[in-house]
Amino acid sequence: MSALLAAFGAGLVFATGLAISGMTQPGKVTAFLDFFGNWDPSLAFVMLGAILVYAILYRIIRKRSTPLFTSAFLIPARSDIDLRLIGGAALFGIGWGLGGFCPGPAVTSLASGQAAVITFVAAMIAGMYLYKLVDNIRSQRTSAPMQESRLATPTTPAFHSPQDS
Amino acid sequence: MEHFTPVASLIGGMLIGLSAALLLLCDGKIAGISGIVGGLLSPTQNDTLWRAFFVVGLLTAGFMFRFFAPQVFTIAISRSTSALVLAGLLVGFGTRLGNGCTSGHGVCGISRFSSRSLLATLTFMATGIITVYIINHLFGGTL
Repeated sequence: MSALLAAFGAGLVFATGLAISGMTQPGKVTAFLDFFGNWDPSLAFVMLGAILVYAILYRIIRKRSTPLFTSAFLIPARSDIDLRLIGGAALFGIGWGLGGFCPGPAVTSLASGQAAVITFVAAMIAGMYLYKLVDNIRSQRTSAPMQESRLATPTTPAFHSPQDS
Repeated sequence: MEHFTPVASLIGGMLIGLSAALLLLCDGKIAGISGIVGGLLSPTQNDTLWRAFFVVGLLTAGFMFRFFAPQVFTIAISRSTSALVLAGLLVGFGTRLGNGCTSGHGVCGISRFSSRSLLATLTFMATGIITVYIINHLFGGTL
């Protein structure tokens, strides 16, 4: 139960940070990406603040052998660069610029009840499902061992591919 | 620069970093939103409930802002429904294919000095900048 409450609390703080920082404003996001136009650098400060805090706390926390409420840290271990990583990031960036939302602010902004964000999130979840379908077909063609080589930690179930996120 | 907000953005960013650290310290998990939401679509025992609680946390904060500070949802852009649908599909598919988004790669990954995350972040920034350039400067900001 503590682990679940912590997840709830983390979600609460995360969304508060998103809202205060301006990430839930699509117009600010596209103004940040309008690098060759009327550029608003605000969102660079979001990344700066987040990385500053997390980079320090990450190193302190990782000195522990286990987390407080679960048995193991689940940290991505991959270092290979492949086309999926680059292609996926490229597609994501196009969608980000087009819609003005990335996943966290989009989910948070659902609470606003605005039609635009509801449309966006419904399509985003459809896109995630589409990926799952394509990936299932792909992994049925190629055999299962490839999935196993991507395990982040031994505690991950073999059928669940690990994420960087 | 109509809405330059360096201080609010820095403080908001620090809260995001703090939240990610809280999730790591308590649950041992990486705060990547596309991964957390995507994982809900493939429920497995012991790995689904925490994701749901995190998402409920996001939404709870969202509702608090809706009622007490709705101005955080006001700076909109001019996009048609079909543009929003295409954008959502690309974000959903792309973040799953590339294993992360702004939070998982851009914040958590870069903080761990992951070369994968650095490269992913540079890539989505680049395609995002190109996309906005095309929309704002070739299509007059509306699509």
